[in-house]
Amino acid sequence: MAEIKLSNLKHSYFPAPKGPDDFALKEIDVTWRDGGAYALLGPSGCGKSTLLNIISGLLTPSEGRVLFGDQDVTELEPDKRNIAQVFQFPVIYDTMTVRQNLAFPLKNRGVDEATIARRVAEIAEMLDVTEMLDTRAAGLSPDNKQKISMGRGLVRDDVNVVMFDEPLTVIDPHLKWKLRSKLKELHQRIAVTMIYVTHDQTEALTFADEVVVMQDGVVVQIGTPVELFERPQHTFVGHFIGSPGMNILPCEARGDHASFAGHSVNLEGPVQGAGGSTELGIRPEYVSVADQGVPATVTKVSDVGRHFVIDAMVGETRLKVVSEHSAPEQGSAVHLAFRPDQTRVYRDGWIATEARS
Amino acid sequence: MKTENQRAWFFVLPVLFLVAFNALVPMMTVVNYSVQETFGNNQFFWQGLDWFEQILRSDRFQAALGRQFLFTGIILAIEVPLGIIIALSMPRKGFWVPVCLVLMALPMLIPWNVVGAMWNIFALPKIGMLGYFMNDVLGVNYDMTQDPLAAWITIIVMDVWHWTSLVVLLCYAGLVSIPDAYYQAAKIDGASAWSVFRYIQLPKMKTVLTIAILLRFMDSFNIYTEPFVLTGGGPGNSTTLLSIDLVKIALGQFDLGPAAAMSLIYFAITLLVSWVFYVVMTKDDQ
Repeated sequence: MAEIKLSNLKHSYFPAPKGPDDFALKEIDVTWRDGGAYALLGPSGCGKSTLLNIISGLLTPSEGRVLFGDQDVTELEPDKRNIAQVFQFPVIYDTMTVRQNLAFPLKNRGVDEATIARRVAEIAEMLDVTEMLDTRAAGLSPDNKQKISMGRGLVRDDVNVVMFDEPLTVIDPHLKWKLRSKLKELHQRIAVTMIYVTHDQTEALTFADEVVVMQDGVVVQIGTPVELFERPQHTFVGHFIGSPGMNILPCEARGDHASFAGHSVNLEGPVQGAGGSTELGIRPEYVSVADQGVPATVTKVSDVGRHFVIDAMVGETRLKVVSEHSAPEQGSAVHLAFRPDQTRVYRDGWIATEARS
Repeated sequence: MKTENQRAWFFVLPVLFLVAFNALVPMMTVVNYSVQETFGNNQFFWQGLDWFEQILRSDRFQAALGRQFLFTGIILAIEVPLGIIIALSMPRKGFWVPVCLVLMALPMLIPWNVVGAMWNIFALPKIGMLGYFMNDVLGVNYDMTQDPLAAWITIIVMDVWHWTSLVVLLCYAGLVSIPDAYYQAAKIDGASAWSVFRYIQLPKMKTVLTIAILLRFMDSFNIYTEPFVLTGGGPGNSTTLLSIDLVKIALGQFDLGPAAAMSLIYFAITLLVSWVFYVVMTKDDQ
C-alpha cells in the first residue's frame, strides 16, 4: 500500500515520435493518494487507458517515472507490482469454478491453502457470490463475471491499487448502479486506492472522491466533483461535465468585465494575462431569463422533467439556459442575465479570471 | 388452437431431393449390393448378411482396419500437438502474418495425387532428394519400396506435411480471437506461460480444435489417393489401408457384394468414432 506518483510521464506508440501529435500521453504529473477513490475521466482516445496500462505495467512509458511510494516501478513487470486491474470485458477463466477463479492469483503466488480458503471466502462474501462458488464461471451472467474479475483483484491483501477500465460497459443499465454502489462499498471496507477509468461523467462523479479529467493526452483538471462543476479550469472540463455542458461564448475581455455580442457582462473577477483568444464560460444553470440583459431569441424548449432546457440564439451564437420553473414560448424574444460570480473568461481554453474571495 | 398447415412440407422438398440424389440414392445402391450376389448379366441372388459376416471375420479386413487405426492414431498424435505449437508460435499481427498464412496454406492447395507423386519421387532411393540424402549422404538404409518401416515413415511424414496446416490454421483462428485483456489479466494474476495455455488458450481453442480433430480423423481414416500413389499399398500389404483394400476388392477383384458390405462397415466405423470424439470433446459444454 503506497502513494502512487507519476512524474513527467510521456508515452508514444510510435518508436520514433516526431511531434507532440505522436504522443498518446503528453506530459503527465499526477499523485494518487493512498486509499483514495479516483476517477479518470475523458473522451475515448484521450489516453486514459494508456495511462492505466502504464500504472499497471502492461506498458512501459516512453519517458518519465512511475513511483509506488519510494520504489521506482517504471520497468517492473505487472505481476511484481501488486496491482489489480479489471477490464472493460469481464475476464474469467472459463474452465474453472468461481472459487478456482478467485483463488488463481493467490495460487500463482504460492500462498498456502488455508489463507487462500479464508481470503476467497471473505471476498466472495463481500461480493455476494458465496452461493455460486462451486459453479463453473463460464455460465455466469456478465455482471457476475465482472464481479468475479473484480474479486480476483481484491483477493490479494497486498494490492497497491485496483484499476477499473470502463468496467460497466457490458453490464445491463439496471445492474450498473448496483455494481457501482457495490464498488463504493468495497472501497469503504478495504480502503485500497482505486482508479476508475470512464468516459461517463455520472459514473466518474458518483464513484470518485477526486476526478482526473484528461483530454488529448493531457490532464486538464484534478478536483472533487463539486470543483469540476463549479469552477472548471478549462473549457473542455466545463463542456464535458454537466448536462448540458457549459456555454462557451466568444467574447472580448476588458478588465473585470467582458463584452459579449456587443453587451457588457460582469465577471467573477479581473481577467489575467493578455492576447490569445478569449471565451466566456457560464453554466446553463447560472443563465436566467430576466427583464433586462442580453437580448436573445428562444429557438427550442425541452422539458426534461426536473427542469426546462432552453436553446436561445444571441446573434449568431447559440447558448443553453436551464430554467427550474417556467420557460418562455418558442420563438419569443427574451433577455438573459448571467450570474456574475459564475461567469468566467477563458484564454486559449484555460481559465483567466481570478475569483474575488 | 394450433392451426395445422401441411404446406410446410413443400418447402423442405428441394432439400429432400438434394439429399436424396447426392446421399440416399447412391447409398441405397451400396446397401442393395451388400445383401446380394451379382453376376455379370445382371442377375442378383439374395445373400442376407453373409457378406458382412464374411468381411468382419476375414483376417485381411481386420489387418487393414488395424493398419488404418494405427495410421490415424499416429498422425493425430503428431499433427494435433504440432499444429497447436506452430499456431502458438505464429505472429499475431504485423507483416509476417499473411506470409505465414500463405506458407501454411500451400501444402493444402496441392492436388492429392500430386502430393503422392511428389513424395514418391522425393523419397525414391538413388533418384529422389530425400532417398539420395538418407542412403548416400547419411548412410541410413532407407527404401520405402522394400522396407515396410520406411514406407510407413514416409506416408506419415507426407500426411503431416500435407495436413498439419489445417490444424494450425484452425487453432490460429481460435487464438487470434482471444482479446488482449485475457493475456493482460493473466499477467497481472501472475500466471505462468503454462497456465496461460491451459486456462486461456486451450479453452478458447477448444471449439476449433474439436473441428480440426474431427476433420483430421475423418480425412485420415478415409485416406486413399496419397498412399496409393506413394506406395500402392506396399511393400506387400504393409501400407494397404482400408480404402486401398476396398478399391482392390471392388475394382481389382470385382467382388461387388463384399466390397459393398465393407463400405458400409467402413462408413459405420467412421461415423461411430466421429460421434464418440464429438460427444467426448463437447461433454463439458452442457
